[in-house]
Amino acid sequence: MNIYGVMAIYKFEMARTKRTLVQSIVAPVITTSLYFIVFGAAIGSRIDQVSGISYGAFIVPGLIMLNLLTHSISNASFGIYFPKFVGTVYEMLSAPVSTLEVVLGYVGAAASKAVILGVIILITANFFIDLKIAHPIMMMVFILLTAVSFSLFGFILGIWADNFEKLSVVPMLVVTPLVFLGGSFYSTDMLPQPWQTISHFNPVLYLVSGLRWSFYEISEVSVMLSLASILVFMFACLGVVYYLFKTGYKLRS
Amino acid sequence: MNSDEKPILRIKGLNKFYSGGFQALKDINLEIEKGEIVALLGPNGAGKTTLISVVCGIVNPSSGTVSVDGYDIIKDFRKTRSIIGLVPQELTTDSFETVFNTVGFSRGLFGKPPNDEHIEKVLRSLSLWNKKDDMIMTLSGGMKRRVLIAKALSHEPTVLFLDEPTAGVDVNLRKDMWEIVHELKAEGVTIILTTHYIEEAEEIADRIGVINNGEIILMEDKEKLMAKLGKKQLILDLCDRLSAVPESMADFELELSDNGLQLVYTFTTQRDRTGITALMDDLKLEGIVFRDLNTTQSSLEEIFVNLVEESS
Repeated sequence: MNIYGVMAIYKFEMARTKRTLVQSIVAPVITTSLYFIVFGAAIGSRIDQVSGISYGAFIVPGLIMLNLLTHSISNASFGIYFPKFVGTVYEMLSAPVSTLEVVLGYVGAAASKAVILGVIILITANFFIDLKIAHPIMMMVFILLTAVSFSLFGFILGIWADNFEKLSVVPMLVVTPLVFLGGSFYSTDMLPQPWQTISHFNPVLYLVSGLRWSFYEISEVSVMLSLASILVFMFACLGVVYYLFKTGYKLRS
Repeated sequence: MNSDEKPILRIKGLNKFYSGGFQALKDINLEIEKGEIVALLGPNGAGKTTLISVVCGIVNPSSGTVSVDGYDIIKDFRKTRSIIGLVPQELTTDSFETVFNTVGFSRGLFGKPPNDEHIEKVLRSLSLWNKKDDMIMTLSGGMKRRVLIAKALSHEPTVLFLDEPTAGVDVNLRKDMWEIVHELKAEGVTIILTTHYIEEAEEIADRIGVINNGEIILMEDKEKLMAKLGKKQLILDLCDRLSAVPESMADFELELSDNGLQLVYTFTTQRDRTGITALMDDLKLEGIVFRDLNTTQSSLEEIFVNLVEESS
């Protein structure tokens, strides 16, 4: 294994975060704080408890999931798209690195950044609410799996995209609506039929439900189903990435 | 070339079709020996960059085999790519990285452990050491070209591809690059470069290949090529104006200048007899007196243009 190659890509991507610290870390923290002020303190104070917990505490897993998904996708997609855009991808294509090593470098860095962000949001949330985590290990498992899976998805997006519009269209028009409609800020029990049933076709519901269970032991679907769905999604993304590199899709002519 | 040594690069029956059906490479067969400097000449779109890109792993071949130092570029891609360095044609660099970091990144990417001493040596040899902490975006085009060479040399390759390395750089920098190429050759590095500058090929190459329409139409030792294809011309400055070449001298196919004061005789040094003695005798017989004479030899550029025109 070309461990130096993996480390080179990983360090390069992490260095990009250092250069864009405000955009990568400060902005999400401020946005999250605003969510807590608006939804938790202002509106939340007038909402009854949801599933037996305060509204401010209820939205924490949803907020973490929202940031994990959007930042995993944007970090990984930009990471591979930008070298394609400026032409420096030639170096990676001509280097002795396998698909797995490229993925470990790019996806590993994107997922690391997303996890760091998730932890920062968790710390931020602690300033606004009295946070309790029932299953911290399972929480980290869900956070890690989600960050890795959606970084893989973002990586695929970055390979597929051939302009900046394509790069942003999926996160904006698909992922964000799915997160908002996936029970991040409400329980699907609060929805009328048929929307309650339709919500169960939203894959993000399973992620939010699983993460929320790790915090408060309440879930809308079985925890094992949540774990299984994220694992299936991760392996499906891995399969697609392997196919893309094997065929050279949009990378090698 | 030492026939006992196996070629460092062996290409057999290489074809490349792009998705639109365009055939960029047509049955390329090529062998390059260790330590050689080979220049590939050809007009735009001839297939030079595609050929390099296939060997380096950037473009997938449609058929044929390529081996580097005895290893197949697909089956043994780790081995082949770790010994190849590539300087691309375009100035494609990261804008926000420092010179030192981007060269260090390349070294790691190609599987080599960090070695600041080696990076310092490379940067110093390319007069980049005083720019090591500068962001690449602040460098001039010529300096960026040097950074690309430094990145290609960062992992100590034994085969170096230079795709138009001196395109858009000034004369001084071009000469510096030639010097670097000679130094690398002295260290045993095999260099394959593409260029539009015939002068460059003439200056640094051991062998010269000409590609046109995806085919290698010539691959020859530079000196032999110059001798084989180079025509010479004998130019005679006449004392008196001539209105026409005498009919008795028609066999020499002489060219008379418009002002009638210069006669040009084209001959080749490959024949046993150049015909110069006979020409002198005939000039004397016809009473044509000349005040000066000189000879010129075809440049590689003329040879190249002729070959491409013939093959098109």
